[in-house]
Amino acid sequence: MNWETVIGLEVHVQLATQTKLFSGASTAFGAEPNTQACAIDLAMPGTLPVVNQQAIDYAIMFGLAIDAEISKTSVFERKNYFYPDLPKGYQTTQLEKPIVGAGEVSIQLADGNEKSIGIHHAHLEEDAGKSLHQGNFAQEYSGIDLNRAGTPLIEIVSEPDMRSAQEAVAFAKKLHSIVTSLGICDGHMAQGSMRFDVNISVRPLGTTELGTRTETKNLNSFKFMEEAIQLEVERQIDLLEDGGTVIQETRLYNGETKTAKSMRSKEEANDYRYFPCPDLLPVVVTEEHIEQLRGQLPELPDARQVRFAEAYQLSTYDAAVLGSDAATAAYFEQVVDRSGQAKLAANWISGELSAQLKAEALEISDSPVSAEQLAGLIVRIADNSISSKMAKQVFETMWQGEGDADQIIRDRGLKQVSDSGAIEQLVDEVLAANPKMIEDYVNTDESKRKKKLGGFMGQVMKASKGQANPQQANQILAEKLNNLIHNQ
Amino acid sequence: MHNLTIAEIAKGLQDRAFSSVEITEYLLARAKRLDRQFNSLITLTENEALDAASAADQRLAKSDAPALCGVPLIHKDIFCTQGVRTSCGSKMLDNFIPPYNATVIENFNRCGAVMLGKSNMDEFAMGSSNETSFYGPVKNPWSPDCVPGGSSGGSAAAVAARLAAGATATDTGGSIRQPAALCGVTGLKPTYGRVSRWGMIAFASSLDQGGPMARTAEDCALLLNCMASYDDKDSTSVNREVPDHCAELNNSLQGLRIGVPREYFSEGLDAGTEQAVQAALSEYQKLGAQLIEISLPNTGLSVPAYYVIAPAEASANLSRFDGVRYGYRCEDPHDLQDLYCRTRAEGFGGEVQRRILIGTYCLSAGYYEAYYGKAQQVRQLIRQDFVEAFKQVDLIMGPTCPSPAFPFGAKGSDPVAMYLEDIYTISTNLAGLPGMSIPCGLVEGKPVGLQIIGNYFDEARMLNAAHRYQQVSDWHNLAPEGIEQ
Repeated sequence: MNWETVIGLEVHVQLATQTKLFSGASTAFGAEPNTQACAIDLAMPGTLPVVNQQAIDYAIMFGLAIDAEISKTSVFERKNYFYPDLPKGYQTTQLEKPIVGAGEVSIQLADGNEKSIGIHHAHLEEDAGKSLHQGNFAQEYSGIDLNRAGTPLIEIVSEPDMRSAQEAVAFAKKLHSIVTSLGICDGHMAQGSMRFDVNISVRPLGTTELGTRTETKNLNSFKFMEEAIQLEVERQIDLLEDGGTVIQETRLYNGETKTAKSMRSKEEANDYRYFPCPDLLPVVVTEEHIEQLRGQLPELPDARQVRFAEAYQLSTYDAAVLGSDAATAAYFEQVVDRSGQAKLAANWISGELSAQLKAEALEISDSPVSAEQLAGLIVRIADNSISSKMAKQVFETMWQGEGDADQIIRDRGLKQVSDSGAIEQLVDEVLAANPKMIEDYVNTDESKRKKKLGGFMGQVMKASKGQANPQQANQILAEKLNNLIHNQ
Repeated sequence: MHNLTIAEIAKGLQDRAFSSVEITEYLLARAKRLDRQFNSLITLTENEALDAASAADQRLAKSDAPALCGVPLIHKDIFCTQGVRTSCGSKMLDNFIPPYNATVIENFNRCGAVMLGKSNMDEFAMGSSNETSFYGPVKNPWSPDCVPGGSSGGSAAAVAARLAAGATATDTGGSIRQPAALCGVTGLKPTYGRVSRWGMIAFASSLDQGGPMARTAEDCALLLNCMASYDDKDSTSVNREVPDHCAELNNSLQGLRIGVPREYFSEGLDAGTEQAVQAALSEYQKLGAQLIEISLPNTGLSVPAYYVIAPAEASANLSRFDGVRYGYRCEDPHDLQDLYCRTRAEGFGGEVQRRILIGTYCLSAGYYEAYYGKAQQVRQLIRQDFVEAFKQVDLIMGPTCPSPAFPFGAKGSDPVAMYLEDIYTISTNLAGLPGMSIPCGLVEGKPVGLQIIGNYFDEARMLNAAHRYQQVSDWHNLAPEGIEQ
């Protein structure tokens, strides 16, 4: 039988506010455990929440970016359950009246067509803390780190509109691109700034009724998400084809072992006893405020990609690679601004730079080579001061933090020799020193001479300590050897 | 000295007739000597009090010290006090020392008031008799066999026993007014949002409100002036100017329209109490007020609605007491479930557990609409009753509670009988309105309270009416027989 996969996503996006959703504690990542948790985050008796207006504005901005209706009145509710990383014993979230209503996001499919993915709603909520089961907390105890407790999130709930792992990943990447472009999320996946819960079901192709779904929770990379979906789809299809049934359950995917396991079934699900939080007033947003935020929306990825393609004469592919992520786009534009070389900038950023960043698991915002430095390098490539081979060496040196391109070129004597007189002299010296090679070259078949030319080139480059402009050297060599043939 | 009112103490201090250290030492000694009888205090803060008193004396030596500078007060043990154990009457918080002050405490500190100690209360403010306190029941100074009311029974008894001229208290369903009535003192629950809830340990967040207790309305006005403030740390605090509540105390009551709700004089009201209240209402007529019979038709629904909403909110508010970060933790938990179950079973008393269970049940899937949803609708109806009533009257008056103080144990086995103690007070919490209780008589030697309900933020008018009555009556000046004079 042919099966159709049906996927819906719940995406948790950490908002890039300075402080928490309901307290003044910092949200910065990576601090010592429990140093960024105040009395409110610890749910000390008598403490009260006050909502962070910046978080509300960020949620509204997301709603505007996906063309959703913004609720004039939204309500925070308490979701009750006990867990040590949830200090109040309830999570403050939104249920009946979320701040962002239905909207849509378009994704590009592999065949180049666009597809619209529906957003059911998006709501504001606070994150929980973290339980630590390692290090000092080995066998008998678990530690709790409440630094993350109370960090503002928007949870974006999609319609079950995706039909493959690839579509789900495209959708996830598009959301990443939107929230980073808006500046409402730092997009740092490895730090948990975006986390995905994936609802997956399968059904016989051609039918419309939804199959029983499972939810794979807390995926924090596009790669894991794709793997987890493929694994779960296969599992469900195998199960159904063997005459079994899919049980509605929550599953966890382990990216290291590439396996998944059941966490809890529907029967074990909590009764969360939601009710409106009496410590908080309904969030009331005026039309004026919404319009003010709309007026301040930064450029969104779709518009930026179109602009990149037109303004910088980039291919659709390059425009998409450089235009989707806000930090990458900003980096690219800085490099172009300073170097005037859009094509070279595009190649270097999507090539060497992104490979290095990936290899060291760094975000572009943390790149050891700044946009200014890369522009400096590109200027020297464009004016033929250095060869592209030298440029890679300079780039690597810059990556190690050893200064700007010009400085490295100067310090290491890397400057390319483009003086044709000097190159000619080098060529003459090489030719004079290798009469046997010349004889060989002249006597060989026309078709094989190109390969033999490489031998002379090697000698010339060696003699120039790699600094001769290779195009020029090649041209001069070829001319001189041709003259020798004709003169015979 | 213990018979001085706050106004008199403040004047004596400003005039340098005596020092804050003198009166503080006097009252500390009195509390140490007498409170064994009443158990009205959980903690006596002797050192803190003396330090605050000498600081106040230094401020008083200069000019422009605030009105309450140097005045000794008692704070209900529900208000967090930095560095001083704040138990909320519970074993759960017997070891809890807050690293912060409630805004109410901050306000009094800024005014230079002196904290003598923290008063006893029903556990987590759940109770109408002060019998649910982990620290044992408070005895009513008027009748040691009887309850002082609750939950602010410690504050009421302390003021009645002249351990302090004033105290702070909180009121979720009547917890200021009912003990004030039973102990013969004056207590005011302000409009919801008038007094900050920051640092006031929550029972039912949409109903809780702090307020003052003292012997006179004038003293309550002085305390409220300091206690009330807009607080950006409390989202439900109302940003509205705090008037001088003393400014209108002496206004004439000529033409004042007093609504008398039919439903507050029905079955269940003790005859002696009714007589005392009627006599007080006649007194108001003599003062120029006009009595208008009104109806608050949904009064009967207030207790059932309250006992859904308050426990529902409490069930979530008390989830934080889980033994993980502070407060009581059971010994040697063998796993997480065991830690939760035993910590909460051992740390909370019976009444608190009962309300957590009721609230949890009311919010459960399948029951939410029938209970919580319906109760919220009733709450709207009750609010609407008052809105209608205040179109034709300025104040509403009636009994504070159905009968005077009852003996210990009398209602302990019957929670519904206990809950009906608050039948006249609960509606105002549901509506968010201000209410107060002033002494208006004695029945068999036990005090009776007259309840005054005002429109939103109309505390000044309520205090004016209470003050004018206290100018022509003496009930508020009576001291319980048998307390040391």
